[in-house]
Amino acid sequence: MNAPLTAKDFATDQEVRWCPGCGDYAILKCVQKTMADIEAKPDETVFVSGIGCSSRFPYYMSTYGFHTIHGRAPAFATGLKLANPDLDVWMVTGDGDGLSIGGNHLLHLLRRNINMQVLLFNNEIYGLTKGQYSPTSRPGTRSPSSPKGSIETSVSAGAFALGAGARFIARGIDTDIKHLSETLKAAHHYNGTAFVEIYQNCIVYNADVFKGFTEKAAATDNQLHVQHGKPLLFAKETKGIIFNAKTMQLEVATLGENGISLDDILVHDSRNKAIAQMLIDMPESDYPIALGVLYEDPAEASFDQNFWNNHPTNGKRTGKVADLLRQGSIWQK
Amino acid sequence: MTTIIPKQQSIVVRFAGDSGDGVQLLGSQFAESTALSGADFTTFPDFPAEIRAPVGTTFGVSAFQINLGARRIATSGDAPDVLIAFNPAALKVNLPLLPKGALIILNTDAFNARNFTKANIETDPRETGELDGFQVVEIAISTQTMEAVKDTGLGKKGAEQCKNFWGLGAVLWMFGRERAPIEEWIKTKFANKPDALAGNIAALNAGHAYAETVEISAEIPQFEIGEAPMASGDYRSVTGAYALSLGLAAAGELADKEIIFASYPITPASPLLHHLTKMGDLGVATFQAEDEIAAACAAIGASYGGSIGITSSSGPGIALKTEAIGLAISAELPLVIVNSQRGGPSTGLPTKTEQSDLYQAVYGRNGDAPVPVVSASDPGDCFYAAIEAVRIALRHMTPVFLLTDGYIANASGPWALPDMSKIEPLSTNPVPDGIDLNDGDAVKRAIWKRDEKSFGRPWIAPGEAGFAHRVGGIEKDIRTGDISYDADNHQAMSDMRFAKIDTIADFIPDQTVEQGDENGPLVVVGWGSTHGAIWRAVNQAREEGLNVAQIHLRYMNPLPKNLGKLLAGYDRILLPEMNMGQCATLLRDKLEVDVIPLTKVSGQPFKISEILEQIRANIPGAIQAAE
Repeated sequence: MNAPLTAKDFATDQEVRWCPGCGDYAILKCVQKTMADIEAKPDETVFVSGIGCSSRFPYYMSTYGFHTIHGRAPAFATGLKLANPDLDVWMVTGDGDGLSIGGNHLLHLLRRNINMQVLLFNNEIYGLTKGQYSPTSRPGTRSPSSPKGSIETSVSAGAFALGAGARFIARGIDTDIKHLSETLKAAHHYNGTAFVEIYQNCIVYNADVFKGFTEKAAATDNQLHVQHGKPLLFAKETKGIIFNAKTMQLEVATLGENGISLDDILVHDSRNKAIAQMLIDMPESDYPIALGVLYEDPAEASFDQNFWNNHPTNGKRTGKVADLLRQGSIWQK
Repeated sequence: MTTIIPKQQSIVVRFAGDSGDGVQLLGSQFAESTALSGADFTTFPDFPAEIRAPVGTTFGVSAFQINLGARRIATSGDAPDVLIAFNPAALKVNLPLLPKGALIILNTDAFNARNFTKANIETDPRETGELDGFQVVEIAISTQTMEAVKDTGLGKKGAEQCKNFWGLGAVLWMFGRERAPIEEWIKTKFANKPDALAGNIAALNAGHAYAETVEISAEIPQFEIGEAPMASGDYRSVTGAYALSLGLAAAGELADKEIIFASYPITPASPLLHHLTKMGDLGVATFQAEDEIAAACAAIGASYGGSIGITSSSGPGIALKTEAIGLAISAELPLVIVNSQRGGPSTGLPTKTEQSDLYQAVYGRNGDAPVPVVSASDPGDCFYAAIEAVRIALRHMTPVFLLTDGYIANASGPWALPDMSKIEPLSTNPVPDGIDLNDGDAVKRAIWKRDEKSFGRPWIAPGEAGFAHRVGGIEKDIRTGDISYDADNHQAMSDMRFAKIDTIADFIPDQTVEQGDENGPLVVVGWGSTHGAIWRAVNQAREEGLNVAQIHLRYMNPLPKNLGKLLAGYDRILLPEMNMGQCATLLRDKLEVDVIPLTKVSGQPFKISEILEQIRANIPGAIQAAE
């Protein structure tokens, strides 16, 4: 019996080439730690990525890895999972790779519900091409391609995933390794496509864009760590989320004020799509950012299971071409 | 009653009607009957791009042509000798194809003012003189059919729909054929629809009886087509699309690997997806992807995972797959890309045939990205071409293009059943053994140690213990597979990628001369679906005493090693192809030979006469001698 693998065992001999201070380092460390925690088998684990800073990830994991082409990682991962559904497949993508050039494939991956994990590193910018605005950039983002500020409405990764039919949606923060690792474990446990959006700080082109809820001083008041079956509390349990049935909206309430007690706080039900939608949509300006598993509604089977269950012979070669050749009308000469 | 034994021992029959008239079914059943008669044949369905075009219009005309004979039949025929037209639009569209003297059978029930308007016909063509010189037989097919099926319980619409079988009955009589096999087929096909079953059989018999007994039959000749000489053995009828699907499944069996076929619907490639979906028990699985790019990527993902990944499309879809093909080259993974070519550019002519994606296959990628290209030359050949494409992909660990086209995909003819036991199994590049799995560097080198002859690297899929490694589209070190931006390494990798494709020429057979001598005044070189027309034209020219040879290519890239030397033996090279001269460019590029292109992009296959004419024109003195 070999000794259990540690996080270090999941590192490769390749020099990591992200910018110093990039959030990707923290995510890499977190994923390597998570791999050790879940006792992943390097020979049966595959990291698949597209193109972009985040997509260099596979080179730094001592598992199997496939660095593919821009936006198409979901399709490669799909083919791989069909060829071998036993593999543990992790896809790494970014906001440009996954939501711009690859938006179509991500949509179909999520609705098909193939059993794998998708980690979308969202830094709201194109890093590898030197700083252009991305589909998640906030309106007004100044960049080399939008010197006066971007005029586009940004896409919400979580809302996109929910709309696409994803049944597992979670969020985490690059540097919050402990919490992110727990989220990744939940994603790994889920049977289907587990979509995890990770707020990742691009120190060069979009530094501190998330500091409103990631900075130490702001974290307590502006992070809502959700847990299934637990009331939606934050700010050291002094504040909570209530549901206003008249306006059909979530509101922030302070316990003890205006007669609000713990009983009034909305209890998180990760199977409830409406709650997930509202948590995802909470604007950062007036609400805490919802983190953790926002939505988890498992289907009976994943696509890869259904694919082979519906295959006439479950993928086995039971017939012979020579026999099929003779089916139908045959004549002799 | 007249019995005609055609001079050429062959006859071309064309069925034409509205999209909803069932002429494709009529044609395919007549082909089935022809097969059983022992005659050789080639069929060509010619249908519109619209699924249900407005009834009665010229653009809604669907046709099915069959050339049958007591000799080898290589094409679906230059011009129909017999046309069965179910409505005025069908007559209008097809009349220009007919030589004077042809027999035209018209469904007079459809010749009314309403249908003339729909077909933009001002005056009944039977009254304008435009049918002069043709042998015209007018039959009220719809009325006859309604009368025949009135006791079967079918409603008016259902009854009228039986008229294709009425027509088939009449044609079966014209060719002296048995009705029993068709009746059996109807019984199986309509087992769950007793009304339609009874109606179609009644119509079939009525059509046959009508042609045989009614007075008018004096006008309907009977044709006598004997059995064609063919090698002894078992035969079946097969379309190119079906043969290609069988070939892919056979390749999987011969390699003992699963086939994962990932595709996105596109005309005329979709039949492959449909056929392969029904071949699950042969170790085939199909995946309908969200788009062309995803189909290519999923196929590559499947190959990466250890299955044989195949993707398929037509020109516009192939264009979208291009970047992914580059990754398969870079990652050294097997992949077969089937291109069922159609008329282009852009959407072009989706249901019409062309060979205009040869440049795309041989040259069309970013970077120096060579890919082997194999082409299929007739429906049955698709089976063997598919096996060859997979064989090259697995042996050399490379994507391979397999070119077919809309004509071969839909055309059919008799096919001698292949003997699977005589086809050489496919070799793969197995996981290396004897490697110290604790020695990381040794493992890397083993993963990227390419075969000395084929340059194929070991096919190591995730799940293989001890060989976990990373691969991607960034240039990699030739020995370790690690990312490398080193200048000399990129040169070495590029050299290796070219050497790999060039070396395929060492594995493929030498080019042979199909007809004629290995030198002389003229050779006709072709590739793909022009094979039949070229074969017949060369055959006929040789019967006329002309010294012409035929060479037909299967391997487009690399070309067979002896091809340059072989072509040097001829004074002139004539190259008919259904594009603006792409193979001509290829031969000039690779072999520096002078080629006379004979190009055609009308959406229709070559006529034998078009090629024959150019053969005569390119043999000094041939035309004068003929005159």
